[in-house]
Amino acid sequence: MTSNALTPGIVSGRLPAEDLVENFSDLHPPLDDHEALVAADRCYFCHDAPCMTACPTDIDIPLFIRQIATGTPDAAAKTILEQNILGGMCARVCPTETLCEQVCVRETAEGKPVEIGNLQRYATDTLMASGVHPFTRAAATGKKVAVVGAGPAGLSCAHRLASKGHDVTIYDARAKSGGLNEFGIAAYKSVDNFAEKEVDWLLQIGGITVEHGKGLGAGLSLEKLKADYDAVFLGIGLAGVNALNVDGEDKDGVLDAVDFIAELRQADDLSQVAIGRDVVVIGGGMTAVDAAVQAKLLGALNVSLVYRRGKDRMNASAFEQELAATKGVRIITNASPKAVIGNGAVQEIEFEYTDDDLQATGQTVRLAADQVFKAIGQQLGGDDLPAVERGKITVSGAGRTSMAGVWAGGDCASGGDDLTVTAVAEGRDAAEDIHAALSA
Amino acid sequence: MADLTSEFIGIKSPNPFWLASAPPTDKEYNVRRAFEAGWGGVVWKTLGSEGPPVVNVNGPRYGAIWGADRRLLGLNNIELITDRPLETNLREIKSVKRDYPDRAVIISLMVPCDEESWREILYRIEDTGADGVELNFGCPHGMAERGMGSAVGQVPEYIEMVTSWVKQYSKMPCIVKLTPNITDVRKPAEAALRGGADAVSLINTINSITSVDLDDFAPEPTIDGKGTHGGYCGPAVKPIALNMVAEIARSPETANLPISGIGGVTTWRDAAEFMALGAGNVQVCTAAMTYGFKVVQEMISGLSDYMDRKGMTSTSELVGRAVPNVTDWQYLNLNYVTKAKIDQDACISCGRCFAACEDTSHQAIEMSEDRVFTVKDDECVACNLCVNVCPIENCITMEQVAAGQLDERTGEKVPEEYGNWTQHPNNPSNFEAAE
Ligand SMILES: Cc1cc2nc3c(=O)[nH]c(=O)nc-3n(C[C@H](O)[C@H](O)[C@H](O)COP(=O)(O)OP(=O)(O)OC[C@H]3O[C@@H](n4cnc5c(N)ncnc54)[C@H](O)[C@@H]3O)c2cc1C
Ligand SMILES: Cc1cc2nc3c(=O)[nH]c(=O)nc-3n(C[C@H](O)[C@H](O)[C@H](O)COP(=O)(O)O)c2cc1C
Ligand code: SF4
Ligand code: SF4
Ligand code: SF4
Repeated sequence: MTSNALTPGIVSGRLPAEDLVENFSDLHPPLDDHEALVAADRCYFCHDAPCMTACPTDIDIPLFIRQIATGTPDAAAKTILEQNILGGMCARVCPTETLCEQVCVRETAEGKPVEIGNLQRYATDTLMASGVHPFTRAAATGKKVAVVGAGPAGLSCAHRLASKGHDVTIYDARAKSGGLNEFGIAAYKSVDNFAEKEVDWLLQIGGITVEHGKGLGAGLSLEKLKADYDAVFLGIGLAGVNALNVDGEDKDGVLDAVDFIAELRQADDLSQVAIGRDVVVIGGGMTAVDAAVQAKLLGALNVSLVYRRGKDRMNASAFEQELAATKGVRIITNASPKAVIGNGAVQEIEFEYTDDDLQATGQTVRLAADQVFKAIGQQLGGDDLPAVERGKITVSGAGRTSMAGVWAGGDCASGGDDLTVTAVAEGRDAAEDIHAALSA
Repeated sequence: MADLTSEFIGIKSPNPFWLASAPPTDKEYNVRRAFEAGWGGVVWKTLGSEGPPVVNVNGPRYGAIWGADRRLLGLNNIELITDRPLETNLREIKSVKRDYPDRAVIISLMVPCDEESWREILYRIEDTGADGVELNFGCPHGMAERGMGSAVGQVPEYIEMVTSWVKQYSKMPCIVKLTPNITDVRKPAEAALRGGADAVSLINTINSITSVDLDDFAPEPTIDGKGTHGGYCGPAVKPIALNMVAEIARSPETANLPISGIGGVTTWRDAAEFMALGAGNVQVCTAAMTYGFKVVQEMISGLSDYMDRKGMTSTSELVGRAVPNVTDWQYLNLNYVTKAKIDQDACISCGRCFAACEDTSHQAIEMSEDRVFTVKDDECVACNLCVNVCPIENCITMEQVAAGQLDERTGEKVPEEYGNWTQHPNNPSNFEAAE
């Protein structure tokens, strides 16, 4: 090993290979059969269950947990997947602590919810391990639908449409499917190449063709798609990133957090991924936390996450903040970036402290930094889109846009949180609406 | 700490907790360890006649049912009586009793239903120093096919006959262990009394099949593809046993017949309940088989704390305390009116009470938009189902509507006086009398 935690600059191989394996292993190890039974036994099979109401995809949680408890995890998986075809990924990445598990009555009773996410993973993993795809297609309708974007929204939409008997073509600008499941989600939430495996499993339904390297503005136009297909679904996420707009932002070593994460997710060998010694992440959401934590796990010596508002305003959940803290990330709040300092490459970054109303206090602080990650939000990219308001494609009902024959869902569309599960729900619901429109 | 010393048909033991005749008492090694753990007495695993011992199956002997967290609720077995030589058992009983003179040691017996066999076995056990005998007329499997165990216990005349032989050929106190596999438990108890029994013990195990292997299509436990009914015991049988104990305790014919209560005793509370219903002491098998001998320590501390709280200084003050309150349905007070009440602070909004009442009872629980559950007094019949399905203890309680208050369901005032079915105008016999 040539470098270690103290090596200055942006270098790879700060940690021995075995430490990297350990650091990037499953955040929540899967439940074994016994653990799953014990966890399932805790569910009260609530009437009109609050957990189910809190799930953006309305999974019948009490039913699937009871199916696990009675020794039929495959049936449980089917209950999950009927509502949420990416139930496997959602089991790994959903912030359950702010969704189903937050409202679980056993959280109310004992401060310890039923482990819904882990149980969901147990069921879906069991089914997927058997190689079974439990859904079949309805008789062919002869209708063709184009889906733009192979992220959670697009995949969910495509699967539901295919199951109805429509022929679907998915176009994605990237060389791989999965969207942020493949390029964005933290590595320790989706180990063993799960995102790719899940896409392969999903496509087993048939009737879906995926064309990579083709995107709106990159060889495709919405006009043409509208002409060639009976309907179009846009699930293009938020491909652009917000800029800091401070002096020195263009210096070497200042990167978009999403690019760093994508590089890390695509790396075959983590010991080849370079990371700074002193890393500063700017932002307060899930992306910021993921970048900071993974920088630390790669062996960065000092990682600071700096957010311009108070802790309570951070988009990252309490669980995510705690994860960052336990991994050794220093969280600094109420500090706004002022300037990136350095000679060619970043050396320091200056912040000014702010009060809760984001008013400058005049007090500043400089942090040593050989690498800065910007995680202050993504933005919609592309021209000729349907009407957009506040940075998102305006939708009404189940994803209907301002253009006839064009639906949208997921991060690119208005309404709902920017979460995998929300994207799945919106893709599915749009598919049902498209199906209704095409059947009319 | 209350004194738990117990005297049952003249047999003294430091506490009323005896191990029932079963695997825990099958050998000296076990019984010594049981006494070290604190058990007050044991009923030795049932002995058979002199000669080649019985043989057990070599496949599984037990089946079970479980509750949440795989808590063992019911156990079933197809084990026979002791499969060790009579001589070995007798030697061991003698040695244990010599070393633990303050503990009760009872010998359980099951021999063929003829006078000679019983005379012979009683003679053989005479000098063991044991405190008494228990006649096993209960085991429902295997031995019953050979005309013993429950095959005897199901025929009151046989019980009476065998008991009288035992009283004729032995001076030892004699307990007759009853089988629950009958329709009216008072009949065998009365027969035992006529035969001269000093006490009855009950219940032995219940005929049962715990489960079916759905791949091999055979009952469990399955032995080479076949299964047979076994004897059921453990927490699941407690309610059945309690009722049978109470039936004997409150029947005028057997009211003074001492009872050793058996069936699902797992905690001090179970034991206290048996005793309150008339059992002079209790016997335990499954709880020891599930948790080991140490469980008795919780029974001892729990019962003694309870007695302290109640100001009882001897277990005899507890025995039978609830018997006068066991009655027939027809004497229950129909003018006693209660309504379910939900403690909103304790409620976790699971909605189980709602599902139960709405789907299967009286549509007496209201659910609001924001999941607040309340009882509609004008619909509640006080069935108690919601209390039983609520996962939070004491969250739903049954509150009495005082005499003179309005019962919103009937629209009538709750009567002051006691009124039962025999006095009720809807009772056909009153109707006829009135005419
Ligand atoms: C770093 C990070 C971590 C996250 N962690 C979590 C988490 O733990 N849990 C959680 O629930 N959510 C998390 N999220 C949010 C979640 O990933 C998204 O909400 C979700 O992926 C949105 O799905 P989507 O299908 O709308 O968009 P995306 O997943 O972004 O997919 C959009 C797809 O469209 C393609 N595309 C974009 N533009 C074009 C174009 N012009 N033409 C053709 N194709 C195009 C892209 O290549 C991509 O494949 C995280 C997000 C980030 C950035
Ligand atoms: C494996 C097993 C073997 C038993 N063998 C005997 C026996 O030999 N003689 C007997 O009188 N009762 C026998 N019993 C019945 C128990 O003594 C007792 O009556 C019954 O299990 C109910 O008590 P419990 O619920 O505490 O287990 C046996 C029970 C079990 C589980
Ligand atoms: S709220 Fe909790 S206990 Fe109730 S059904 Fe959902 S997971 Fe089960
Ligand atoms: S006691 Fe019975 S009728 Fe009354 S609320 Fe409860 S379940 Fe309903
Ligand atoms: S069953 Fe109990 S905890 Fe659940 S809603 Fe009813 S009262 Fe509340």
